[in-house]
Amino acid sequence: MVAGRAGNALHVQALDARAQRLGLYKGQPLANARAMVQGLTILPADDKEDGKLLEQIAEWCDRFTPYVAADPPDGLILDITGAAHLFGGEAAMLTLVTEKITAQGFAVQAAIAGTSSAARALAKFAPGHIAAPGAEAQALARLQVAALNVDGKITAALRRAGLKTIAQVAERQRDELATRFGKSFVAALEILLGQHGQPVSPRRPLPDLMAEQRFAEPVVADDAIAASLLSLAQCLSDVLEKRGLGLRRLRASFFRADGQVRRLALRLGSASRDAERVMRLLREKLDTLADPLDPGFGFDVIRLEVLLTERSEAVVTSFDSNENAKREIQYLADRLCVRHGEARVLRFVPQDTHIPEAQSAAIPAQERDFADAVWPPRRNKNDPPLRPLRLLEKPEEVSAIAAVPDGPPLRFRWRRAPFEVAQAEGPERIAMEWWKNERPTRDYFRVETSEGQRFWLYRDGLYDQGGLVPRWYLHGIFA
Amino acid sequence: MEHNMNNCEKIEELHHFLARYGRTPERPALSLGVAEMDRALGGGIAPGALHEVYAQDWAAGGFAACLAIRAAGARPLFWVRPDYEALEYGALHAQGLAELGGRPENLFLVRTANTAEALAAASDILACAPVGALLLEIGGLPRALDLVASRKLNFAANISGVTAILLREGAEAMPSTAQTRWQVCAAPSSSGKDTWGLPSFSAELTRNRLGPTGHWRVTWSPEDGLFREPAHEQRAPNPGLVAAAVFNRPAEAKRRIAF
Repeated sequence: MVAGRAGNALHVQALDARAQRLGLYKGQPLANARAMVQGLTILPADDKEDGKLLEQIAEWCDRFTPYVAADPPDGLILDITGAAHLFGGEAAMLTLVTEKITAQGFAVQAAIAGTSSAARALAKFAPGHIAAPGAEAQALARLQVAALNVDGKITAALRRAGLKTIAQVAERQRDELATRFGKSFVAALEILLGQHGQPVSPRRPLPDLMAEQRFAEPVVADDAIAASLLSLAQCLSDVLEKRGLGLRRLRASFFRADGQVRRLALRLGSASRDAERVMRLLREKLDTLADPLDPGFGFDVIRLEVLLTERSEAVVTSFDSNENAKREIQYLADRLCVRHGEARVLRFVPQDTHIPEAQSAAIPAQERDFADAVWPPRRNKNDPPLRPLRLLEKPEEVSAIAAVPDGPPLRFRWRRAPFEVAQAEGPERIAMEWWKNERPTRDYFRVETSEGQRFWLYRDGLYDQGGLVPRWYLHGIFA
Repeated sequence: MEHNMNNCEKIEELHHFLARYGRTPERPALSLGVAEMDRALGGGIAPGALHEVYAQDWAAGGFAACLAIRAAGARPLFWVRPDYEALEYGALHAQGLAELGGRPENLFLVRTANTAEALAAASDILACAPVGALLLEIGGLPRALDLVASRKLNFAANISGVTAILLREGAEAMPSTAQTRWQVCAAPSSSGKDTWGLPSFSAELTRNRLGPTGHWRVTWSPEDGLFREPAHEQRAPNPGLVAAAVFNRPAEAKRRIAF
């Protein structure tokens, strides 16, 4: 049996059939249980681990329907709308799910109903029941009042009042019940008996489209897995084509026979429904996984889900080499993203700010279309560059000597090397954004050392405002 | 019998392949803008080959960028750098590239976790013919960058025609199969007294598989994307007002950067 702390005392939280036969019950104070039976095996409760286990079971249940919601502390809700026929009808599916979970060593109760609340009540108090559509109220009628899932005090009060079953409660006038047990009780009753039930939110966002293949015998061979993926991709591609859509994000799920689920997310730089392209990327992804896809005893379900679609025109093989080149570059970017991570393949867009380090933003290449990024033209034909090719991520402080406090430096020392300044241009005064933060204004100087190396230095703060000693920073390196 | 046929076909295929490999692909060299330099290089920088730039100071990264801008033209430029590069040598600034005459809208930056991944990304990029140029930045002396890696890069560039530029900072020259090797440091820009000139480099061609070596001083002109010979009036470094040099300066720290 499992005991946990509730209030300030230990109570029985769960117990097996043998303990039940001894007359112990759930919610009993542990001291009472100990007094009744000697030699109990008591394990401490661990809510966190229970939650994790529930998550794992939910993950496993994903193979029946993509719509799985956790119903803590010990329940799962599966929306099997449109999925039951795949398993031979509701009754067959119920047996299958129950058997499979039991086979894994869990005690399980399950029921099917039209609303989540009714299904929950049935599963707890009439396991195995399948309520016909619209007949939930009848199915629930003979259940005890405990199935209302309300506070224990109310349940006890109902019993004292002689209301033993839900049917008896339902017969009563609603305002009578409301005065005695409160409005929330009536609301709970309505939800349970009503047509809508409590809203349920799935654990994962539901896919727009999904294709899956089930195997009678779990597959292990790479070839078989690849072939299955290709046929699934082809199947998705056909549907997408009919709808005039292309996919941007895809998830592949591999359900192992032993209950483990492995998921891979894939992202495409542009909408596509080319099964071959998707396959190529998937294969790359599989090849570069840090912990390779381990089929173990084999996968029994493989599923592809389309998470994000975009409108996409029919792809005509273009004779325009420019278009083809663009597409090849796009594919290359996708490949690099798969290999190295989306955040590592970057493109730049100009930003509307004068702060040098924020003037261009590096954005993952798959994030958006970069055709609309307009870069300001160069100002003057033969101007030397005014901005450095490389900016230090954090300006580094240098010790500098300047002839006049607000003039350019004459020599400075950076990273332990001394530099003599031969020429300097500046100051270019760049004020920080005072409406965001109060950083001091910077006076930037472009300096060329006696050897011809060029750096971008700035003095932090203005001479007449700042502290006593001007601080110099090196921010960038010119060509 | 059928087996033999297959082998014959395979050998035939390999012959074709080797013939193609042995032949220098007919890709016109890209003029760099300086006549003497072009003569030594046989018309300019060869596309579809590996070129190494060894940096001797901070300016040399700019030289490599200029070569890449020239080679890429209007096509995409892929800049591959392992993460440590940004910490050591600063992050790539797109505006700065634009100021050098590059096209930031065509720039792809690939950041990799380490050198081996950078090399892998480089070979992926070099396999894609529509890419204009690849600039691979590798500092120090990593073990992954050996003769085999260099040969692979050169070979991949050769097949696809993508120009590969390998920027080596903080490194001594090591054996490679590159087409050209440059040792580059900054040169004072020769312009008027109080203004800056265009970026200038002292570029030494220390290895050239197709011709003689040489040493030139060149200026990069962002406007037309070509190198130029520096203007002739030599400018003495403008000392301005100089404070007395620091006494007791360490003997070692000269102009070399502490890489």
